[in-house]
Amino acid sequence: MHRSMSAYDEMFLGPGVPRPVCAQFVDRLAAIPAEELHRRQQAAEHDLANMGITFNVYGHEDGAEKVWPFDIVPRIIDGAEWARIEAGLKQRVEALNLFLGDIYNEQRILQDKAIPPELIESAQTLRPQMRGFRPPAGVWCHISGVDLVRDGDGSIYVLEDNLRCPSGVSYVIENREIMKRTFAQIFEGMSVVPVEEYPEQLLAMLLQCAPQRAEHPTAVVLTPGIYNSAYFEHTFLAQQMGVELVQGTDLTVKDNFVYMRTTQGLQRVDVIYRRIDDDFLDPKHFRSDSCLGVAGLLDAYRAGNVTLANAPGTGVADDKAVYAYVPQIIKYYLDAEPILANVPTYVCADPQQCAYVTANLDKLVVKPTNESGGYGILMGPQASAGERAQYVDLIRANPRNYIAQPMLQLSTVPTLSGGEMQPRHVDLRPFVLCGKEIYVMPGGLTRVALREGSMVVNSSQGGGSKDTWVLRPGGRHGAGRGGEGAAARREAVPHA
Amino acid sequence: MLSRVADSVYWMSRYIERAENVARFIDVNYNLTLGEGNELSEQWAPLVYATGDHEAFAARYGTPTRENVLHFLAFDRENPNSILSCVSAARENARAIRETISAPMWEQINTFYLMVRKAVRQGLKVTEPNAFCEAVRQAGHTHVGITYTTMSHGEAWHFSRIGRLLERADKTSRIVDVQYFLLLPLADDVGAALDVVRWAALLRSASALEMYRRVHGRITPEKVAEFLILDPDFPRAMRFCVMRAQQSMQAITGSPPGTFRCRSEQQLGRLRAELDYTHIEDVISRGLHASIDDFQRRVNDVGAAIHDDFFRLPAPEPAASPTQLQA
Repeated sequence: MHRSMSAYDEMFLGPGVPRPVCAQFVDRLAAIPAEELHRRQQAAEHDLANMGITFNVYGHEDGAEKVWPFDIVPRIIDGAEWARIEAGLKQRVEALNLFLGDIYNEQRILQDKAIPPELIESAQTLRPQMRGFRPPAGVWCHISGVDLVRDGDGSIYVLEDNLRCPSGVSYVIENREIMKRTFAQIFEGMSVVPVEEYPEQLLAMLLQCAPQRAEHPTAVVLTPGIYNSAYFEHTFLAQQMGVELVQGTDLTVKDNFVYMRTTQGLQRVDVIYRRIDDDFLDPKHFRSDSCLGVAGLLDAYRAGNVTLANAPGTGVADDKAVYAYVPQIIKYYLDAEPILANVPTYVCADPQQCAYVTANLDKLVVKPTNESGGYGILMGPQASAGERAQYVDLIRANPRNYIAQPMLQLSTVPTLSGGEMQPRHVDLRPFVLCGKEIYVMPGGLTRVALREGSMVVNSSQGGGSKDTWVLRPGGRHGAGRGGEGAAARREAVPHA
Repeated sequence: MLSRVADSVYWMSRYIERAENVARFIDVNYNLTLGEGNELSEQWAPLVYATGDHEAFAARYGTPTRENVLHFLAFDRENPNSILSCVSAARENARAIRETISAPMWEQINTFYLMVRKAVRQGLKVTEPNAFCEAVRQAGHTHVGITYTTMSHGEAWHFSRIGRLLERADKTSRIVDVQYFLLLPLADDVGAALDVVRWAALLRSASALEMYRRVHGRITPEKVAEFLILDPDFPRAMRFCVMRAQQSMQAITGSPPGTFRCRSEQQLGRLRAELDYTHIEDVISRGLHASIDDFQRRVNDVGAAIHDDFFRLPAPEPAASPTQLQA
């Protein structure tokens, strides 16, 4: 892994020298005067406010809603490179899905000691309620968001897997819409692979995974409600798929079937794309104080009368300590080398690795294994001696709860800042759908740290977003339709 | 459709309509108070009375002045019926059903809300509320137009229409009630000439002046009342609103004309039949205020029945969770 201080810039090889894949775009961009760019940035922000494209920040005044931050300079990914990333994501999700089915059933991988059994037994996200269960179509993680970063040497690493309720896909589609509105002539003639078919793919996948008895299955999106941080996305996906957006109170369970309450009485529901965490899903089986979920939902699920996407219990596969073993998981189930590399990871549950971590905190990033959204992270090189000492105590008290990784130098993309282009650090969250086949949305959500030098891309902490362009191989000379992405999509992926 | 969604779509359009009508109240009253040294120059109390929130107002503001009444009606967050509160509530309802309404509808409600919020931040010039009231009225009309042209005329659309029409019927009745209270004593003064300017302003507050002229020509208090209460063709007349609301109700229930399946349908049908067979002399002889009072009560009853028949969720198995009513 690259250690130099200089970050990899995704658009420029050196000052004024664009990478070949970006050359056409850089030419066009150069033809636009700075004040015009600024005007378009403002037009984009105005559109986002008027369209009500927002996210909620807890504890924020003014209705808690903030307009989605967006930078009009896109991030460009070469189609040939993308084909490799896409293949890597499919491989990863396929293996994780097989892993989940195995963990909740035969546990072959544990018996064969391909990964340490105590790691799984001690995972807080393991759901004993799911033991012996086989979900419809064999799918556990229907929707995944796999976070990728590009290090200083330009290679791509998987930073983490999100197999519970990953969010952000709606912003990918809206970012593209905004780009088309504000930057039409830059778009024209560029072979940017479209992202707009995602809702169609999502709906097809959800219906494929319906319980077998349902002839004309009804799918819904289950939201915690308008105060949830991702509420915009919940409404967006329901609207784009043309299905009902329901809250827990809209649903009821009768004789192990799920129904929604309508003006004409009860109507049966077959597939629930739930955007509520496992803990809150069913007060009867999980947290009894939850008023977001539906009592008896898990019984209906276990009886095979309704599909939950994602399945409860998928969190065990995105536990950050389990993440360290994903390369072994891929080898075990698919008998193949991982296409995408992991970030080297020290698992503190292993005494030797733990000793290394506590002795080298000043060089490492420490993460709790069962958190997401950047909570509880220690950035070793930037932390004070006191903070590091505190983490040594935390790690020693509960080593299973921590992993550590070297500090990465995230790649940069030029970003409008104070009227001029400045390199800013980015990451990428592609979205993967797993049904009878696996589909990868081209590109994904590029998040950008808007402050100079910052690597914090979270939108709640001053992060923004960019449209992500996967350029078809062949560029302007036109590989045309049915390129790499479409061909790969036709592969059928068998399931256990 | 989901009961919760029906509830939200109904209240979304009700709140938009309410905001538009509060703007109309302010506008007409402001116009009525123009002109020097007249008896109406500082009549702000009736305006608060018209909205039905006089008790809340008195408790917090005391004596009505132009300034505090305008603030109360337009921008007061604590007043659930201020323009700001109504537009915020409409937007919250729209946000809860963003997947059901069309994208242009959502965008328009959202920009409407941003416009009102900007006006609040800039502080309304109390001396010139007209431009703001005009913008609110315009946004209300745009909402109706976009709803008509971009939303399928199915069940959700009918619920939105019922919400809008019941709200409008109630608010027109309040405008008539209060302005009659103000204007009629003046007209009855022996020898006093009918103040045509003021009566015309009343009609204009309901955007009714031109349509009135085409039907009745010259302005008389009785004809004005007849037009705003009983006209079958004018879209802000109380009878028109009830007629069309009943149409939408039938579209939702599928009941043949003259029959009913639920209480809301029955009450709406009765109210409509009564308006169909009422003469303006019946209204006047009973007393305009008493007649309107009765009408408002019955519109409220219809609203409550709709809630019971369509929105109230069947009680969940173990324990019924209390549902919050919007008002």
